[in-house]
Amino acid sequence: MSNVVNDTRIPNNVDLASDKKLQRALEQWQPKFVDWWVEMGPEGFQKDDVWLRTAISVESDGWAHFDYVKMPEYRWGIFLADQVPNRKIGFGDNLGQPVWQEVPGEHRNTLRRLIVTQGDTEPASVEQQRLLGQTCPSLYDLRNLFQVNVEEGRHLWAMVYLLHSHFGRDGREEAEGLLERRSGNPDKPRILGAFNEPCQNWLSFFMFTFFTDRDGKYQLLALAESGFDPLSRTTRFMLTEEAHHMFVGETGVMRVIERTAQLMKEAGFSGDVRKLGGIDLPTIQKYLNLWFTLSLDLFGGEISSNAAAFFAHGLKGRAHEEKEFDDHVALEGFHAIDVPRDGKLAREDVPMRNAMNEILRDSYVADCQRGVDKWNRVLEAAGIEYRLKLPSRRFHRHIGLYADVSATPTGELIGKEEFTRRRGEWLPDAADEAYVQSLMTKPVYEAGKMANWLAPPARGIKGKAIEFEYVRHEL
Amino acid sequence: MDPVRFETLPAAYKHWKLDLSAAEKTGVARLVLDIQEEGGLRPGYVLKLNSYDLGVDLELADAVQRLRFEHPEVCSIVFTSGKDRIFSSGANIYMLGSSTHAFKVNFCKFTNETRLYLEEASAESGIKAIAALNGIASGGGYELALACDEIYLQEDGNSAVSLPECPLLGVLPGTGGLTRLVDKRKIRRDHADVFSTLAEGIRGKRAKEWALVDDVVARSKFVETTTKRAESLAAASPRAQAKGAGIALAPHELTRSSEGGKLVSTYRYVTLSIDPKARVAEVVVRGPDHAPPRTGEELRKLGSTANWALRAWRELDDAILDLRFNHLDVGLLVIKTRGDLEKVREADEALAALVKSGDWLAREIQLLQKRVLKRVDVTSRSLFALIDEGSCFAGSLLELALASDRVYMKDDEDHEDEIRVALSSANFGPMPMGNGLTRLESRFLRTPDQVGKLREQTAPMGTLTTGQASKAGLVTIAPDAIDWDDELRVAIEERASMSPDAMTGMEASLRWGGPETLETKIFGRLSAWQNWIFTRPNATGEKGALTMYGKPESPTFDMRRA
Repeated sequence: MSNVVNDTRIPNNVDLASDKKLQRALEQWQPKFVDWWVEMGPEGFQKDDVWLRTAISVESDGWAHFDYVKMPEYRWGIFLADQVPNRKIGFGDNLGQPVWQEVPGEHRNTLRRLIVTQGDTEPASVEQQRLLGQTCPSLYDLRNLFQVNVEEGRHLWAMVYLLHSHFGRDGREEAEGLLERRSGNPDKPRILGAFNEPCQNWLSFFMFTFFTDRDGKYQLLALAESGFDPLSRTTRFMLTEEAHHMFVGETGVMRVIERTAQLMKEAGFSGDVRKLGGIDLPTIQKYLNLWFTLSLDLFGGEISSNAAAFFAHGLKGRAHEEKEFDDHVALEGFHAIDVPRDGKLAREDVPMRNAMNEILRDSYVADCQRGVDKWNRVLEAAGIEYRLKLPSRRFHRHIGLYADVSATPTGELIGKEEFTRRRGEWLPDAADEAYVQSLMTKPVYEAGKMANWLAPPARGIKGKAIEFEYVRHEL
Repeated sequence: MDPVRFETLPAAYKHWKLDLSAAEKTGVARLVLDIQEEGGLRPGYVLKLNSYDLGVDLELADAVQRLRFEHPEVCSIVFTSGKDRIFSSGANIYMLGSSTHAFKVNFCKFTNETRLYLEEASAESGIKAIAALNGIASGGGYELALACDEIYLQEDGNSAVSLPECPLLGVLPGTGGLTRLVDKRKIRRDHADVFSTLAEGIRGKRAKEWALVDDVVARSKFVETTTKRAESLAAASPRAQAKGAGIALAPHELTRSSEGGKLVSTYRYVTLSIDPKARVAEVVVRGPDHAPPRTGEELRKLGSTANWALRAWRELDDAILDLRFNHLDVGLLVIKTRGDLEKVREADEALAALVKSGDWLAREIQLLQKRVLKRVDVTSRSLFALIDEGSCFAGSLLELALASDRVYMKDDEDHEDEIRVALSSANFGPMPMGNGLTRLESRFLRTPDQVGKLREQTAPMGTLTTGQASKAGLVTIAPDAIDWDDELRVAIEERASMSPDAMTGMEASLRWGGPETLETKIFGRLSAWQNWIFTRPNATGEKGALTMYGKPESPTFDMRRA
């Protein structure tokens, strides 16, 4: 068990005090991070007391502490999951070799890029969500938003720790860069596309935490397999926190659906649910289509030499590599992928290693489907026939094999012109955006109250009542 | 494999867009790279991420050539990408991986020539080039930028410049990248070392600090800033003062036929015949058949088809490329001329007079002749010039003999008047080789006075007999008329039987004595190393890095240094 130090400037379980140089470097970075937080973090709530959990150890029971805290004073710490004794590299060409505690020279640049790309998503999502608090549907949800935000901030810390401790001057420069890029700013955008998309309303937020944070989960699962042990240990602990983010997304969308079902009942199923201020199911489907497909892009190209190299070198594996796969070298098999050729799809066998992005995407899609099934059970229980569906992974893509083709949500290839013409059937158009926005003009700050378009949660947080004042907001 | 053809025109470009919409007003042309992924020259690879093959480079070469002749109003070019986030990722790796060694070498040579011509267009014709890197420029993409006068990199957190060949592919950046880093941009060698081993390249501030780019510009201001810079370069160019219209470059007219086992391409002034069995090619260049243009007006009236000084040399260029790419078995090129010595000299002097009068088009024609001769210099075939009755090796055409590895001149007292060579002003300056010297200067490195003597000797522009030419050091071997046929047969057969690798290396080592230049380093040093690496197992062996790229397995190296 690692020793946790919580009374220093930077809480940690990595014995930071014994490495003065590293400690100084991180202590220099810390004020820049706080400046960034104040500038780009949740706008209008920095002085409020928010009932948040803070990681204080990596013990499975009692790793978190819940209390009121002002966000700029949040104790962002560095926590690595405990070292697994005699851990061996679990896949690729170095299978069975001891894991690396230091970065191997030949993989330094690649690892740095992987870490920077992952790290960049953390502050990006905070930036994307910075205005959402001002239209919150309840204090419960407001608190969840902030919980997600501060933990994304801690995940940034986790990646910055790796950059500072293992990548020298380049690492420190990259750590600065993480605070300099800005989501959606054309001059200094965040690295990945989905993290430059605006996340302007709460339906998008719930979809984002369900779909996009789930991409994060799968990337973390793949990195948790890494032969670079510090990366593996960091990401394993990040996964603990990430689970809550997906809970926020899954239950958030579910509560929207519950409320819609309720309003549909009131409207006698035939009426327009929008007249009662609910979000109609087709609109929910469109937001689902949008965020699912943006998130699919984050996995990268279907056929990828980079992915093959990451796997070969033991840097990034598959999710649950040990449990779910037998062949950890993966030089023998193939993965069948539908490749667009001259307007048609041709099934092609891709060498397994080159298909690693797609294999990770397969696991992700299956996980998304489980959530969607839960949502559909709500509809079923309410006696509604409409079902939500994950669109085809060929639909609305910007990266990979399908970036240059147009497809319907069921995956049929169509002309670009038809896609443009029918886009509004499948993805939120300006009218949908305006409607959803219109439901969320006024924030709900009264404890226990919910906006009209959203059902209350089943229970509060950590034994507290739904009516608990999760955020003490000064008006 | 289908033969490669080198002719194209803007309307047929697949991969480049030549945008002249602002040229009249601002002097700026835009060359926008938007590569058709499925538009490769051969099947078997997809040109992803604006990666190129020979077909893309042919269009580039054509575009730069046409801008020079057809658009005097263009004084600067902005190179940029039509794709978001990527400028160019360089030569397509799968194309390289699936190409023969000879094709790779020829491909690199052609792309090198195209980039050197781009630099020549800036230095000699005042067409300045700006690389507006609106996305990642890696490998050959950055090397194209290096061939421009100035490089601007978009600052967007993503765009970077890189030469990933060494760390990623186990080969060199083969289009002059390494040489231009230290020689042209004068980047510190240790910075160049770090840069050339860093696959992901360098972005932003550091790219500027290390002079890898001239400036980094925010995405929102990028187009405006780079366009403005191109406009001010255009305004300052001497070409902005150029008077007189341009001329269109017409397509070649030629017939290809098969005669007695020989493949014959007949142009108006050039005939190339290939004897595949003997592995010998013969090119005959015919001299002028018309009076040369004396005024800018006459020059423009003749255009590209009725002026020997342009047409014959364009045809020769096309024939040389055809030989290089489509007839690999040919080891020896025999160079002959037919025509009137005096008329060649007349054409040279008339052109020189127009150049002297400041006519930009005349200058372009002279520069084109220079480039064609350089193309001959770097052609990896043994070159024998044969001078006999009816030859017209005078002035510019004599340069072809001087470019050859050996010059054979017939010694025949009965026909002394018909077998002569002559010099013109073309031999004394306007057509330097890659080493910066004229072919005469390169020839007489040991006896530099000989160049001056020849100049004096030919001041009244006399002609030289076989004996005189031999004495003057212009001839390698002067066989007697009775031995001529047999001597040549033996010489040619002997040469064609030697190891082609040894001949290529030997000739390349002997052709450029004297000083080193960027150009000689690129062709003599960088290319030689690259061509060696291309044949090594660490690059192209079963487990070599180039072979394994994109494959699931990692490469394995033989770690012994050679």
